[in-house]
Amino acid sequence: MKKLNNIMNVQLMRELGIVIVFVVILAILMILSPNAFARPANLMNIFKQASINGILAMGMMFVIISGGIDLSVGSIVALTGVVAASFAHPGEYPLIVPIILALVIGLFIGWFNGVGIAYGNIPPFIVTLGTMTMIRGVALIVSKGAPVFGVTDAFENIAGAFLFDTIPLLVVYFIVITIVSAYILTKAVFGRRVYAIGGNEISAAFSGIKVEKIRIMVYMISGLFAGFAGLLLASRTVSGIPTAGQSYELDAIAAVIIGGVSMSGGSGRWYGTVIGALLIAVIGNGLDILNVSSHYQLVIKGAIIIVAVLLDVKSKERTA
Amino acid sequence: MVSVPILEMKNINKSFSSVKVLNDVQLSIQPGEVHALMGENGAGKSTLMNILMGVHSADSGEIYLDGAKIVNSNPKEAMAKGISMIHQELNPVLDMDVSENIFLGREIKKGTSGILSIVNKKQMRHETQKLFDAVGIDIQPSALMRDLSVAQSQLVEIIKAISISARIIIMDEPTSAITEKEVDILFEQIRKLRESGVAIIYISHKMEEIFSIADSITVLRDGQFVSSDNASNLNKDKLIKLMVGRELTEIFPKTEAEIGEVVMEVNNYSFKPKVRNVNFNLRRGEILGIAGLVGAGRSELVEALFGVHKSAEGSLFINGQDVKIRQTGDAIKNKIALITEDRKQTGLNLIASIEDNITIVSLDKLFPRGVINRHKEDEVVDKSIVKFGVKAASKKNKVQSLSGGNQQKVVIAKWLLTDPQIIIMDEPTRGIDVGAKRDIYLLIGELVKAGKSVLMISSEIQEVMGVADRILVMAEGRITGELERKDFSQEKIMHYASQFNRGKEDEETE
Repeated sequence: MKKLNNIMNVQLMRELGIVIVFVVILAILMILSPNAFARPANLMNIFKQASINGILAMGMMFVIISGGIDLSVGSIVALTGVVAASFAHPGEYPLIVPIILALVIGLFIGWFNGVGIAYGNIPPFIVTLGTMTMIRGVALIVSKGAPVFGVTDAFENIAGAFLFDTIPLLVVYFIVITIVSAYILTKAVFGRRVYAIGGNEISAAFSGIKVEKIRIMVYMISGLFAGFAGLLLASRTVSGIPTAGQSYELDAIAAVIIGGVSMSGGSGRWYGTVIGALLIAVIGNGLDILNVSSHYQLVIKGAIIIVAVLLDVKSKERTA
Repeated sequence: MVSVPILEMKNINKSFSSVKVLNDVQLSIQPGEVHALMGENGAGKSTLMNILMGVHSADSGEIYLDGAKIVNSNPKEAMAKGISMIHQELNPVLDMDVSENIFLGREIKKGTSGILSIVNKKQMRHETQKLFDAVGIDIQPSALMRDLSVAQSQLVEIIKAISISARIIIMDEPTSAITEKEVDILFEQIRKLRESGVAIIYISHKMEEIFSIADSITVLRDGQFVSSDNASNLNKDKLIKLMVGRELTEIFPKTEAEIGEVVMEVNNYSFKPKVRNVNFNLRRGEILGIAGLVGAGRSELVEALFGVHKSAEGSLFINGQDVKIRQTGDAIKNKIALITEDRKQTGLNLIASIEDNITIVSLDKLFPRGVINRHKEDEVVDKSIVKFGVKAASKKNKVQSLSGGNQQKVVIAKWLLTDPQIIIMDEPTRGIDVGAKRDIYLLIGELVKAGKSVLMISSEIQEVMGVADRILVMAEGRITGELERKDFSQEKIMHYASQFNRGKEDEETE
């Protein structure tokens, strides 16, 4: 019994730990910069800055819980951004065309990743490393290596507009995608199966779960969210930039890991990922306001990732 | 032979998590003899050898080498004292050559020792050649391990054992994966070793081999020492009696259920090379046991029936309907459940909660719209936990925090929640204590009473005889015998279970 309580406490501590770290960092920044950082407008700004990475992280979370990884999302952001912008010139196509294209392309690349991993038996790291490189190349080919400018106002408004004139649409999208993801993970049978294949693929297969099918769907979710993020980034920057989104996959992975999802799969909670994405944005925003050079910011961000994983490993050792 | 024993193990006791696996066991080996260690699966042979090699430590007891007391706390220490073990499953470094494998961990070095020294490959190959020449083995020291046959790998392992000047070599089922011709080569080497004074501890289930190679035989049963005698004083029948021994002393609660029509008919099922042309049928209310030695292909057979192996062939009729089972989901739809042998690998998701594990197979049935209703799930799981007596503080706890017996109850709860008609159990009582075993026997009785059918694999002959209505015996992937309850006897089961040659003959004529 004592042992059981121990395990519970470690788990609780682990999940609380992220919240505590988040609150402490938030408090420190508020104290250090009460006028700039703590302003409601800035807090909304942090949310906005967290949105695109947060959307990518939601997709990445499915992949990592299933025991995989998706390195291709940054390149998907670039390709879908370029394609969307190319179909968003004034007077050419209706607004729905670039939106659908971005989503379909993301979905297709995710499907390709999933098939390679599930049926080709190639490790996820390798498959998505390959598509990451390929898709970046395709983005450069499609755009002839130059940013695509000249998009409609409507396209710009996809990410640039506000709900009720106060909440940026970016934040609304992030919240909606978070709610959908949380619902799938905690309420849907599908979500339960994602945890099952990440926890023990063999026992999942013995339990009648179509492991390959679930795997492919997980990468399709990640690809779809990345396609949407690409659309949003193109809208926000009013252009499709073929070199955009570089290392976005790493920020998404960082958010998921900081949020307590184990790299070995089978565990993790959606709200951890939300906090992970917010934490990364808070640190970036806060350090900017405090005039800390972006070079130092990288060092701090990296250190936080390591500490988060260290917590993960230590909690595993305790429960083993 | 009344010389000083080269090895003596006295009063060895060992328990694993309160299950006693060795009880006052003794073993005495003379120099220059081949000493067979016999016993059923689970008799304690491997544990005893692991204690000798220092893999496990005994709870109590002494080991004497040449009359002097020794303690081995790891295999390296045992090897330094001249004791080495050739495992049933070899694990050579496949991408290194033969000489590198022989000198693995004790490479011959050039020049100064220390961190900067360089491995002298030439010298190692030369030394290896000398070792091979001495016993007349024709293998190139520079050949890659990957390119050798299983028998050649066995020989390399044996030479490795000799080269560390082993005085006692333990061979665990060394012929399980090699051809008859290769067995001859192996035996020739064993005889040479014996002449040079090396003692061999030989573990095998194959009676013919034992009587052709062993000088003396020690028999263990249920973790206890039974006898030790010269091989010439024994014959196959006597040996089997010693191994299976005592009368049915344990109580197996046998529920009388009405046996009805055939519910499953298996025709020509194969999953080569592990399962060959298996035919049998299973009736309503029947408990059909599958006996046999480890490696007889029993688990592979039931896995093939359950759709785990895509390359399995054969036809299957359930309630007279021809069904195709290509994946596990098909089997589940046909109301088959497979309670696997290995809880940790195939049975459970250890890092998930008890609740998630119990409902994972039944999610589609419980929630056809794909949305989980927590209240309903909690209710179902609470009922299961009470019904199967899973002892846990909370259903939200991870399964890995449970004891083996409780984990097994979770696996059973998980599968019975699917309301199966045919329940396949692969070693359902392995590694659990007597009380939990009895619970499982009672449960099996209840299942057949409710008109379900049970197919049970068990390596414990007592258990399968106590529980089953009918027994199939397998050896080398085939069914070699079938016994009705009135004809059950340990001798008959052992006889069928050790029919090894039939498989090979058939293969040649195929």
